[in-house]
Amino acid sequence: MTYSYVVSISRKQGLSDPEGTTTKKALNDLGFHGVTHVSYGRTISVEVEAESSEAARSQIEAMCTKLLANPVMERYTIEAAS
Amino acid sequence: MTIAVIVYPGTNCEHDIAHALNRAGTDTEMVWHRDTDLSGADGVVLPGGFAHGDYLRTGAIARFSPIMDEVVRLADAGIPILGICNGFQILTEAGLLPGGLVANRDLKFICAPTHLRVASTDSVLTRAAEVGQILELPLNSYEGNYLVDDVDSIEVEGDVILRYTNADGLINESTNPNGSMNNIAGITNSARNVAGLMPHPERASEDILGSADGMVLIEGFIASTELVDA
Amino acid sequence: MTTLETPDHIELGMTDDEYRSVIAILGREPLAAELAMYSVMWSEHCSYKSSRSHLGRFTSNQPWVIVGPGENAGVVDIGDGWLVALRIESHNHPSYVEPYQGAATGVGGILRDVFTMGARPIAVWDPLRFGPLDEAHNRYLFEGVVSGIAGYGNAVGVPTLGGEVEFADRFSKNPLVNVMALGLLKEDQLVLSGASGVGNLAVLLGNATGRDGIGGASILASASFEEGDEEKRPNVQVGDPFEEKKLIEACLELYQRNLVVAIQDLGAAGISCATSEVAGNGGMGMDVDLDKVHLREHDMNPGEILMSESQERMLAVVTPENEAEVLGIARRWEIDASTIGTIKPGPDLTIYSKGELVGEVPAASLADDAPKYDRPAERPVYLDIAWANGPQVPADLDAGAVLRVLLDDPAIGDRSWISRQYDHMLFLNTVVEPGHDGSLLRIKGTEKGLAVSTDGDSLRTYLDPRRGSARIVYESALNIAVTGANPYALVDNLNFGNPEEPGVMWQFIESVDGMAAACEELNVPVVGGNVSFYNQTDGVDIYPSPVVGMLGFCDPMPLRPPRLDRAEVGMAIWIVGPDAAGDFAASAYDRIINSNLGGRPTDADPEIAREVIDAAVSLAFTTPVLHDISTGGLAVSLAEIAIKSGVGVTIEGVTGPELFDETPLRFVAVGQGDTLEIAAPHRRIGTVSGGTLDFGDSGSISLEEAANVWRNALPRRMEH
Repeated sequence: MTYSYVVSISRKQGLSDPEGTTTKKALNDLGFHGVTHVSYGRTISVEVEAESSEAARSQIEAMCTKLLANPVMERYTIEAAS
Repeated sequence: MTIAVIVYPGTNCEHDIAHALNRAGTDTEMVWHRDTDLSGADGVVLPGGFAHGDYLRTGAIARFSPIMDEVVRLADAGIPILGICNGFQILTEAGLLPGGLVANRDLKFICAPTHLRVASTDSVLTRAAEVGQILELPLNSYEGNYLVDDVDSIEVEGDVILRYTNADGLINESTNPNGSMNNIAGITNSARNVAGLMPHPERASEDILGSADGMVLIEGFIASTELVDA
Repeated sequence: MTTLETPDHIELGMTDDEYRSVIAILGREPLAAELAMYSVMWSEHCSYKSSRSHLGRFTSNQPWVIVGPGENAGVVDIGDGWLVALRIESHNHPSYVEPYQGAATGVGGILRDVFTMGARPIAVWDPLRFGPLDEAHNRYLFEGVVSGIAGYGNAVGVPTLGGEVEFADRFSKNPLVNVMALGLLKEDQLVLSGASGVGNLAVLLGNATGRDGIGGASILASASFEEGDEEKRPNVQVGDPFEEKKLIEACLELYQRNLVVAIQDLGAAGISCATSEVAGNGGMGMDVDLDKVHLREHDMNPGEILMSESQERMLAVVTPENEAEVLGIARRWEIDASTIGTIKPGPDLTIYSKGELVGEVPAASLADDAPKYDRPAERPVYLDIAWANGPQVPADLDAGAVLRVLLDDPAIGDRSWISRQYDHMLFLNTVVEPGHDGSLLRIKGTEKGLAVSTDGDSLRTYLDPRRGSARIVYESALNIAVTGANPYALVDNLNFGNPEEPGVMWQFIESVDGMAAACEELNVPVVGGNVSFYNQTDGVDIYPSPVVGMLGFCDPMPLRPPRLDRAEVGMAIWIVGPDAAGDFAASAYDRIINSNLGGRPTDADPEIAREVIDAAVSLAFTTPVLHDISTGGLAVSLAEIAIKSGVGVTIEGVTGPELFDETPLRFVAVGQGDTLEIAAPHRRIGTVSGGTLDFGDSGSISLEEAANVWRNALPRRMEH
């Protein structure tokens, strides 16, 4: 069976996020003064063939720690795509 | 003639292009991105660099700078506008040139000399060159890969002014350093007064630098500014 | 007084003796924030406690030295009001943790060291060392580091003009990432770090302060942190080259307008280091209000604010009259600024937070009273064993076959896989770009030229630290000389293992001595340097890896300097320098063909060095091709010239072993004519010819094959 997941990866709390900071300033400059925080991340959609959803899920976990996220700097969440 | 050189936070080629323009005999003036007055400018250059750090998308934040309204106004009035590398990216984000620039095909920054073939001399940049002329100019970019929604239409319109090639003028995938559609290295708008290219003419403006092929483009641009009533 | 609990000094890495010294200095037990400051400022990285007593061996009393060791960068005079600033730094351990950011922040740091002197940074070089590329993790580190240097350097807008790379197993867990930077300034813009003027203000410029780099120290955890909550303890500093670019431009404008009394960049130990050095170096004191520091996170305690290593920050001392203008310039360049301190008479650095005193220490004591250890040194046992295990090089070797193998080595093959990722053209100063021997830059509006070479040789240094280190200096000088420049100043990056081991300490002292002696022979001042100790994992130390960054100067500079790609069919090929002396210890031949590391390297003769260097400088003005003979010997030098020029060579009267011999102080000259007008020993060895590298009876290889192998050495390992 094919299982679909969406992995959201973002920088760990406490680490500097220059892109987020710069984009927040740009939004404020454009008149969106209410914006108080912007942070960056990326979304990766993965479809995987597996025997069960547990098996698929554990594969996705492995993918995250091995490749998709940099464990030194990033954290991630995994959601099953509807 | 005075050519305005727009400086964003993160622009870094402004002194180089000013040096080359001055050597070719024209005055330049650095204009900060928050300024709003270009009334004295006979031409405008958006130089290379990393405006706003290229954060979000390259050129995406820069196109909203206060100075861009003036650049658009001058473009509409027919004043020659040139975007080099990051400047080219900003002009596409601002809609003054068709298409966009994305990451190089091999996902590596490229700093290397490239050959270009002049595809059309109908632009403020290539007017002093000849169709088919081969020029050697350095490429220096990560997001130099040109793409556009309807490439056939810009080809038909004659908007393409420079293509990547090799020393023999061959144009195909093997002579395409970054994956750009149809080997497109430089583009002009339909009014022919706005031009953009990824390689750097100022870096090929003196023999001591390895090539002076960029001078024909720089001189062409200067000549264009002299032809327009300010 | 503060409510923070003062932790155990041992947890912070201090010895009992060091702790007692702090008590003696303060006349009491230290407060938490004070102990944190001493513990970081007295760490090996900040205080050089194991190396300081030996670094005095270097000399820098030449008249063209304006600023010697001790400031943020060395500065030399090149005449007509022009000064050059130079510095080299390491970022080894952070690059192992996170290669991209470790390397990126290394570049950021070295740039700040240069522009804090009043100079615009104009170029960067990166000598790098990794484990062998057949291991995936080493490829990951190599790729990450190169990307980080490219990502930061290209974005900040400073060209990277060269570097070098070495691969050996001892670097697998301890990669070495050294970065050298050069800056250019007019003499009236020189700024130093010592504050002056009671009542002057200390302004913090640049990034907001966050928790970067303080994750390791448990003392600094706020009460709400939980054990093992890694999320809140980042140990990686993230570089923002865009912020640094704005900071460079803002500072240069401040210098141009003479608005800065003193300035210091923030690196290790952040605000605590910068404030104490700015005050201490000027013999002054400072009051600091941590509430004024612009923060990225708003619940930081005083210790965290003091120790944070957030990047892209500078501390400037300005007069109260100029404060508004300084803040205005910062605002215009879109960087944050906050006035955090006031200069007062010495000696104390007094720190306040939320109206309370959280620390008061004699400002100069953090740097000046740091411990100084004269650690025991003992000649290690491995040396005699290694010397007895010398290289075997058969007289009848097949030069073509050997060369083919050598050209495939990643440290010898084409390094444009690396250099293509770096912008080397920005500023339009580059006259000799990466891929030749030394870099050569012009200074627009003058006829002056600056040459730079970075060089290291860990294996040779391992086999004889004194001779090996001296030879690195001479090799670097020759790389400079072949561009037409004279060796002018030197910075050194000393990368060694654990100094608590007598064998390592012995290597260090021998290396410093060998290097210092060579510099004296060449009359080259050592204007600064960096020491990186503790490059050791699982009890295995790296090979001793001193790296030299040499600056050369010429006025006028050659209009057409020699390059490797200017050989033409019919030109004569010469070898200049002493005869090959059977020197194969630590050679590429022994390493690659024999998989051996043994024997004793020969000594480089200083008199011959001067003669050969002078010869190179004078030939550089008239000769199309000059190329030093180093790794891989004559055969590799000839191959590189042949491949870049698209020609072959026909060589006579050179034996197989001589082709791979690595006797120092030799170079190849290629040009028209039958004679070389130089005093140094030289002999003609052949002629530039068609498509073969023909070594006579020793063998041959086609140009095409040599080129293919050489060009693919790195790509075939890094791209799949």
